Amino acid sequence: MELLYALCVGALTTCGFFLVLRSRTFAVVLGLTLLSYAVNLFLFASGRLTIDGAPILGQGGAPYADPLPQALVLTAIVIGFAMTAFVVILAMRGRADTGTDHVDGRIPERREPPAAK
Amino acid sequence: MNHSIIFPVLIPLLIAILQLLPPLSGRGGLASGRLRASSLFAVGLVLVVAVYLLLATHSGAAQIYRLGDWQPPFGIVLVADRLAALMLLVTAVLALGALLYACAGDDHTGVYFHPLFLFQLAGINAAFLTGDLFNLFVAFEILLIASYALLIHGGGKARTRVAVGYVILNLVGSTVFLFALGILYGVLGTLNMADMAVKIRHLSSAEQAIASTGGLLLLVVFGLKSAMLPLQFWLPATYAAASAPVAALFAILTKVGIYSMLRVFGLIFGPHAGALADLIVPWLWPLAVLSLLLAAVGIMAAVSLRQLIGQLILLSIGTLLAAMAINNTAAVGAALYYLVHSTLICGALFLLADIVVRQRGKAEDRFVQAQRMCHPGLLGTVFFVAALSVVGLPPLSGFVGKALMLNAAETSAQISWLWPPILLGGLASLVALSRAGSTLFWRISGEKACCEPVSRLQLAAVLLLLSASPLLVLFGGPVTGFTGASAEQLALFERTPQLLLPQVSP
Repeated sequence: MELLYALCVGALTTCGFFLVLRSRTFAVVLGLTLLSYAVNLFLFASGRLTIDGAPILGQGGAPYADPLPQALVLTAIVIGFAMTAFVVILAMRGRADTGTDHVDGRIPERREPPAAK
Repeated sequence: MNHSIIFPVLIPLLIAILQLLPPLSGRGGLASGRLRASSLFAVGLVLVVAVYLLLATHSGAAQIYRLGDWQPPFGIVLVADRLAALMLLVTAVLALGALLYACAGDDHTGVYFHPLFLFQLAGINAAFLTGDLFNLFVAFEILLIASYALLIHGGGKARTRVAVGYVILNLVGSTVFLFALGILYGVLGTLNMADMAVKIRHLSSAEQAIASTGGLLLLVVFGLKSAMLPLQFWLPATYAAASAPVAALFAILTKVGIYSMLRVFGLIFGPHAGALADLIVPWLWPLAVLSLLLAAVGIMAAVSLRQLIGQLILLSIGTLLAAMAINNTAAVGAALYYLVHSTLICGALFLLADIVVRQRGKAEDRFVQAQRMCHPGLLGTVFFVAALSVVGLPPLSGFVGKALMLNAAETSAQISWLWPPILLGGLASLVALSRAGSTLFWRISGEKACCEPVSRLQLAAVLLLLSASPLLVLFGGPVTGFTGASAEQLALFERTPQLLLPQVSP
């Protein structure tokens, strides 16, 4: 289970960072969303993965799930969700104000290939 | 328990919420007299509480506030020590200056300026007070989301353009912060900073490798907030595009990053952390020196006053990083003095630049020939004093700060690495500011055009922030005494973090 979990977090992070480095705001917003999924899973795992454990506290040394990471993940989800909503609105406003969805607000000039005769 | 510790967070938060409700909210969130009065009231109260906390921490030990009276490390704590009290006071003074300036009319160019301003203040104060690493993240998010909205206050294409980049960059930064938190929690099993400092001394070597990864990820995050070398490209354009009071308040945001570095790396990864001792010092040296050199180049290359001030902020960050790299108590004390000085003066310069922009018509603050200003003598004098101070020439505070810092370097290796970049940065800013001043005030063309006269409130705000510079010199003894004591207290907590974990008697 640990391997599957780690691979899943790793794949999400990789895809997230790749998309964040794209030049169009839509891809970047998707990348940020993937990154926040990855980090939520990661935080959850920082309390160790347990199966059939009691929530919060067990009796007589029975295995239990660490409750703190769950609280942290809840906070991170709320904040991440609000930030994603904000960045979507900002990207739409950027599209309206600057006339392009490039993250720099303008499309960088490209050297034109020599015109064929 | 001393309940006044939480007031710097609660007061702005409560008044900002009240400002969103009908009796105060005004017409559609636009600024009104009632909003302005309530904001000034809130910032004034925070200033009073900050002064009280400063006096309280000056004489005694650090005060710890247990939220909900849960015993640390299980509950969340706020810690008011000398360093936190000092940062609170600087923030309150800067916020008062920025708010006075905004009340002259800038708050009327967009909606909800006042609530956002107070939310940001609450976030900054929470970041300075918290003794819990996860709450530091929460405080960062509060101040950041307010700063996103404040950055586009007033609207316009330029602001939207820089805001998209700024928001995306900081969201990635927040994600990396959470990864670092997860790593550290996974290894240490706690998020109370003092408790982390205790536990990090007993790690196995495999766990140490993981903890150092977490620590270095935190350096990336704080480096991004404080615009450290490879992560500084966003700052000059962003600050130049923001409206003046917002840019002035943002002068403290980079210092929040520096403060977090001092707190986290000074407490958790300090000299007594076993194999992880002084984790970031080897990284800080090259980063600080390169930051200084690159900022010196940027200062020479700036084409407008606001860009120049942005580069000056980068220079001050490089200077602070260099002081942290020296890694002794004297250097940290000198860095705190310099931090107070550079925050307030850079804030004053942003406000002054906005007055200059309004007076020069279409040329704005670019270094080109332009129409004559209304009050060249007055503004020229203010600019001259601010420039003297920020460059670091005697008799103003920049000189004292830099002299203290140069003096703190002990070994010859430290001196040979520290002195040339700092002095070179000073020279570059001297040249660039001389050129800027002579172009802005002397290269004038044509008749005096009718221009907006500078309002008294705006001038008062600039003078309030600028007066910090002579005051920091006049009261240099007590101020350096206090910054030195703050640095010593920080070192004391590093040696014995148990002081921050008091046992509650049942």
